[in-house]
Amino acid sequence: MNLHEYQARDILRRHGIPVPAAELATTADEARAIAARLGGGGAVVVKAQVHAGGRGKAGGVRLARDAGEAAAHAAKILGMTIKGLTVHRVLIAPAAEITAETYVGIVVDRSSQRPVLMVSAAGGVDIEEVAAQAPEKIHRLAVDPRYGVLPHQALGLALKLYRDLTQARAAADIMQRLYGAFYAVGASLAEVNPLATTADGALAALDAKIVIDDNELDRHPELAALRDSTAEAPSEVAARQAGLTFIKLEGSVGCCVNGAGLAMATMDLVKYYGGEPANFLDIGGSSNPQKVVSALQIITADPSVRAILFNIFGGITRCDDVANGIVQATEQIPLEVPLVIRLTGTNEDLAVAVLTKAGFSALTDMDEAVKQAVAKARAA
Amino acid sequence: MSVFVDQHTRLVVQGITGRDGSFHTRQMIGYGTQVVAGVTPGKGGQVFDGVVPVFDTVADAVAETRANTSIIYVPAAVAASAIFEAGDAGIALVVCITEGIPVLDMTRVLPYLHERGARLIGPNCPGLISPPRSKVGIIPGNICRPGRIGVVSRSGTLTYEIVHQLSGAGYGQSTCVGIGGDPLIGTSFIHCLSAFQADPDTDAVIMIGEIGGTDEQQAAEFVQQAMSKPVIGFIAGQTAPPGRRMGHAGAIISGSSGTAAEKMAAFARAGIAVMKRPADVVALLKERL
Repeated sequence: MNLHEYQARDILRRHGIPVPAAELATTADEARAIAARLGGGGAVVVKAQVHAGGRGKAGGVRLARDAGEAAAHAAKILGMTIKGLTVHRVLIAPAAEITAETYVGIVVDRSSQRPVLMVSAAGGVDIEEVAAQAPEKIHRLAVDPRYGVLPHQALGLALKLYRDLTQARAAADIMQRLYGAFYAVGASLAEVNPLATTADGALAALDAKIVIDDNELDRHPELAALRDSTAEAPSEVAARQAGLTFIKLEGSVGCCVNGAGLAMATMDLVKYYGGEPANFLDIGGSSNPQKVVSALQIITADPSVRAILFNIFGGITRCDDVANGIVQATEQIPLEVPLVIRLTGTNEDLAVAVLTKAGFSALTDMDEAVKQAVAKARAA
Repeated sequence: MSVFVDQHTRLVVQGITGRDGSFHTRQMIGYGTQVVAGVTPGKGGQVFDGVVPVFDTVADAVAETRANTSIIYVPAAVAASAIFEAGDAGIALVVCITEGIPVLDMTRVLPYLHERGARLIGPNCPGLISPPRSKVGIIPGNICRPGRIGVVSRSGTLTYEIVHQLSGAGYGQSTCVGIGGDPLIGTSFIHCLSAFQADPDTDAVIMIGEIGGTDEQQAAEFVQQAMSKPVIGFIAGQTAPPGRRMGHAGAIISGSSGTAAEKMAAFARAGIAVMKRPADVVALLKERL
């Protein structure tokens, strides 16, 4: 789960990292008032709070000379769309005079199977670009989670970024605190970019990004409450509430599959036969017919869906339970698009009987089912 | 023969009295697996289905029954703790079915097992099966046939689909291993490929990967350098959008890294026969064997 910048800043501040004062505005008038209060008559930065990289390039981050200009910028940024996401909030922060920018971040690295602290003197730009173009500018440390980031490790890294020992010590302290925050909230990524040196020589986190591991949310309800559902497609919110994994795509073949790997392979096969998948949907290992009903509700709500494909490989999932779910669902929601059903595995015979009785036909071959669904989506 | 599990496997089921644990324990016993013990804290002294003694701790179960392999069906909130417990009790092979374990828990679990010389398969995996008589996990026994093809996969039902195609064409399996869909897992493709290469009763390997991470690319390098047996590969997620988690916590394209195209190209460069769709598996296998 992605956090907004203002949420990430709050977490870092609570962990003792120097974060300049900033406040959230949802209207231009609020932005004006905050700018007047925090800016002390000087310049402020108006920043779109949206789950998208490249906010600056998209015009979502602007410098304002005074409160009036802050209000004007906020009026433009609020409601604008960045990478498909509407901006509902802006963060107003005093503009600081910056003499240097560095990068400090922590991710869980899949290869070393550890949290890895990454730092770079090339701050203020997209770190993925630095990694691609000048990987030697990034210094890495695989952290042993039993001990965390040790003081000498942090200072060693900090001295690669700062010549001044006082600044290096301050940066090392920030690295250790960032690791503390990363661990405390169960993050899969936490970064400060830029970590800025201001005119007086002090260090400050001017922007922050935190991604929480979804698997941590059950034991961190306070973090789960930070979720911004306005940043998600309504169908994805409904799916999560129904216990389904659903991702909306742009095609016309609605897919309902058990298991994530098979769901991806089904989408790929739709494409292979010349169609486009309308979604990824994993109904999971459960055989609960109610899940099938919810899945069909979500898929049929998408107006671009021209045909629906069920692909069920019964292992733990019993095919007859899915068949019953399909029958129940189609009794509740009249279908306006053709349905192609493929079921094989556990209780396949019972499933076919249930479906036949209800007037549906069922296939057992995955390729044949996908071909038919693609053809029906085309014909519709 | 087979890899990781066989007739010497003496299994302890952690979470044997739970809904999933009890259902799958019956399935495993029915298949022929030696289930020697179960563990549910507070239920020590009970006997599951009149045949499997239940203990309070894994240590008790090991002391009484010489269990050497554990399977974990407990909820995500306590699954990391269950893996620690199995490692502490001296279990050599721990298989964790549970989905939803926080990744930071895994960063602590993995070195703990490694230091004790134990192997973890999973988490978030369907386990493994060596037909015809040894099953540790949830892979349906009825789709498998005894034979000489090794299967290793990050997925569950997609594996069943491909195994079903193999069995239907008369290609039985030595062992099928589901290594799990999480970003941090105990046993990688390379561990499994290496075991299949060493197994005298495996002739070829089917490797089923997906988007996210670089395990498949590393596995491709291993195949090129260290394997003489034919390998057939598949990658799921060719149509997956970047930046979205496709059901499995590990199935995510980050930036431009971890795409299906990149992995399929790495396979092809390493001489692995690449399936375009699951139904290609039999034809490619015939070609390579």
